[in-house]
Amino acid sequence: MVVVLGSLLLVLVGIYAILTKKNVMKIVIGFALMEYAINLLFAMVGFKKGAVAPIITSIPPKHNFVDPLPQALVLTAIVIGLGTTAVMLAFALRIYDKTKTFDIDKLRRLKG
Amino acid sequence: MKPLVPLFVVIPLGAAFLIPILSKVWRRFSEIIGGIASASILFLSGYFLFNLRSGIVYPVGGWLAPFGIVFVVDKLSVFFVFVIALIWFLSYLFAINYMDRYTGGWKFYTLFSLMHAGMMGVAITGDLFNLFVFLEIASVSSYALVGFSVEEEGLEAGFKYMVMGEIASLFILLGIAFVYASFSTLNMADISLSLASATKNAVYYFVFALFVFGFSLKSAAFPFHSWLPDAHPAAPAPVSAVLSGVFIKILGIYSLSRIVFNVFGLSRANAPGIFNILLLLGILSIIFAGLAALVQRDYKRILAYSSISQIGYIIAGFGIGNIWGIIGALLHVLSHAMGKGLLFLTSGSVVYRTEERDIEKMAGFGVRMPWTGYSYLFGMLSLSGIPPFIGFFSKLFLLIGAVKQSMYGVAVIFVIFSAVTFAYLLRIENKVFWEKTVKGFSDSPFLMVFSMVILVLLLLVSGLCFSHITKEFVKPAAEVLLRGVLYAKDILGGI
Amino acid sequence: MRGMTTIVKTITRIVIGFIFVYGCYIVLFGHLSPGGGFAGGAIIATSFILSRLAFGTTEKQEKNTTVVSSIFESIGGIGFLSVALLGMLFGFYYFQNIISKGIPLRLASAGHILPANIAIGIKVGAALLSIFLGLASTKYIMRD
Repeated sequence: MVVVLGSLLLVLVGIYAILTKKNVMKIVIGFALMEYAINLLFAMVGFKKGAVAPIITSIPPKHNFVDPLPQALVLTAIVIGLGTTAVMLAFALRIYDKTKTFDIDKLRRLKG
Repeated sequence: MKPLVPLFVVIPLGAAFLIPILSKVWRRFSEIIGGIASASILFLSGYFLFNLRSGIVYPVGGWLAPFGIVFVVDKLSVFFVFVIALIWFLSYLFAINYMDRYTGGWKFYTLFSLMHAGMMGVAITGDLFNLFVFLEIASVSSYALVGFSVEEEGLEAGFKYMVMGEIASLFILLGIAFVYASFSTLNMADISLSLASATKNAVYYFVFALFVFGFSLKSAAFPFHSWLPDAHPAAPAPVSAVLSGVFIKILGIYSLSRIVFNVFGLSRANAPGIFNILLLLGILSIIFAGLAALVQRDYKRILAYSSISQIGYIIAGFGIGNIWGIIGALLHVLSHAMGKGLLFLTSGSVVYRTEERDIEKMAGFGVRMPWTGYSYLFGMLSLSGIPPFIGFFSKLFLLIGAVKQSMYGVAVIFVIFSAVTFAYLLRIENKVFWEKTVKGFSDSPFLMVFSMVILVLLLLVSGLCFSHITKEFVKPAAEVLLRGVLYAKDILGGI
Repeated sequence: MRGMTTIVKTITRIVIGFIFVYGCYIVLFGHLSPGGGFAGGAIIATSFILSRLAFGTTEKQEKNTTVVSSIFESIGGIGFLSVALLGMLFGFYYFQNIISKGIPLRLASAGHILPANIAIGIKVGAALLSIFLGLASTKYIMRD
């Protein structure tokens, strides 16, 4: 329960960064924070008391394993987060090239 | 027919992986490979559409549900797959000539194929996390495509779209995390069985709210629509046609309807409050976007606000909840995909010849570009709901649905805003194509005109055969949605 | 981009081979110990990025590297698709395992996970190298 609340707190911190910061780089950091918090929550979902990491070292397996499925899903989600962060940084770099500033208040061409 | 199901995803992915290598050998290889991929997917989806008798459940890797990922191709999926394949093929023909204006080269064709691979995956999957992965593939490709012209406008629009779209995707992932924590399964049929007997506590409503927020933002419903009027004009014209025509529908409308009707098992009988909320969102989208489109000056921005308005019609059709409303909504998916795709392609044709998008500065192109002008005229007539085009029949079914549910106010709003749609589209028609003439240029190249004319013919033909289309393809799709929780018995029982 | 000081260059010459082999180890033993394609691919990419950061690159070298890494990325992607389609060739489902699962806990066990891991390792390594070059190449840094 504490874990869930902690991860949700991190998600809220990430959303705060995305919504209120004016520097493009801080928005990207907010996104990274939010992604990692959600991945952390997802990976912790498979926890069982008194179980070990799900690696088979002998046949037949001897111990109680934690749930390995969220770990595989979080691996995929981390890779997706990497791709997204890369595209966002490419956008940030090109915006700096064109407008010489990282301030989103200066990107006001499209209105209405 | 069963072994052909994964080809819907494999062929666009294979094309996207082959294009970077082969385009270094000869520049035109990228267009040939993309063309082969889109044409073959069009044939495959047409074959499935006309020959599918019951649903197909395809276990990937031989692992049956609920242990493995399954692909589920039922009448609803095959309808959406056909719409995607049709608009892909026609925008692709348009893009072969249009993308010569951009310096990206082969990168456009790779991203275009990847976006369609993602959309096809969303349409045929039966597993919730697989839906998220394909949603992200399609979304990230679309962010890159919106900012494809690295001018200030494209970058600003792409960045805004990216921030909002990523927040929606991350909220969907959070919802999936909570669903897994509660039920230990990710198969949509299994979740729907577990949800039918779950207590409706705070987590249930939280997860539902997360999903509705995420998918509504992807489909640009009010009040989450503000990325669309910037993103769709800034994208190149074939990308705008696909974004407005299929992307917001398959990622937003299809996923939302699967979650609401089949996974959560809601219907107007057992959850009228939620359907009233959907109806309200739809009505507000129609009104707000329709009024906003009347005062714009940019050609593509008017079309973008019109897209938000028509998505409002579709969501209101789902909110009405009876069989006529859903049939009207699904038929409107088809008619809006073809009509709005055609209108965005005409805007691309105008931009290709004149580099101009402000309609106050354009006049009298109709004499110089007759094919483009008449294509726009017929697209406008279809989208405003004038017989015998198919737009008339989709709005008619929506009206019948509203009246049968005794929602007369909603029906009046539908009719009034059809007139408003006609008004703002007519404004473009007058100003751009039919006032005084100018000299100097001629109509667009053959392939671009060809794709526009094919769309006009399709609008006319589908309008004339509307009863056949409705009975054969749209009604079974609507019935799949209305079956609700019986969807789970179909999948797990094995069709 | 410019290179770094002599100390960094000397240490890089020693360490870079070990990093690459370690990355290959994680890719190859992905079915027996934690790791697999993505983690190993990231480490392989790290070794290449280190060599470029420490020794510096010229603009021509960056252009060549971009082309080569793009080709490797596509090869990795096509390799993964062929592993997935291998099952369909023999009449089974898409992505089904048809390579024999040998003796468990040996290197050549667990069916088609090993070729899939190798393909993903190549693809992710090339992709990360391309991302690094796309964000940090000379034409962006020398601008001002």
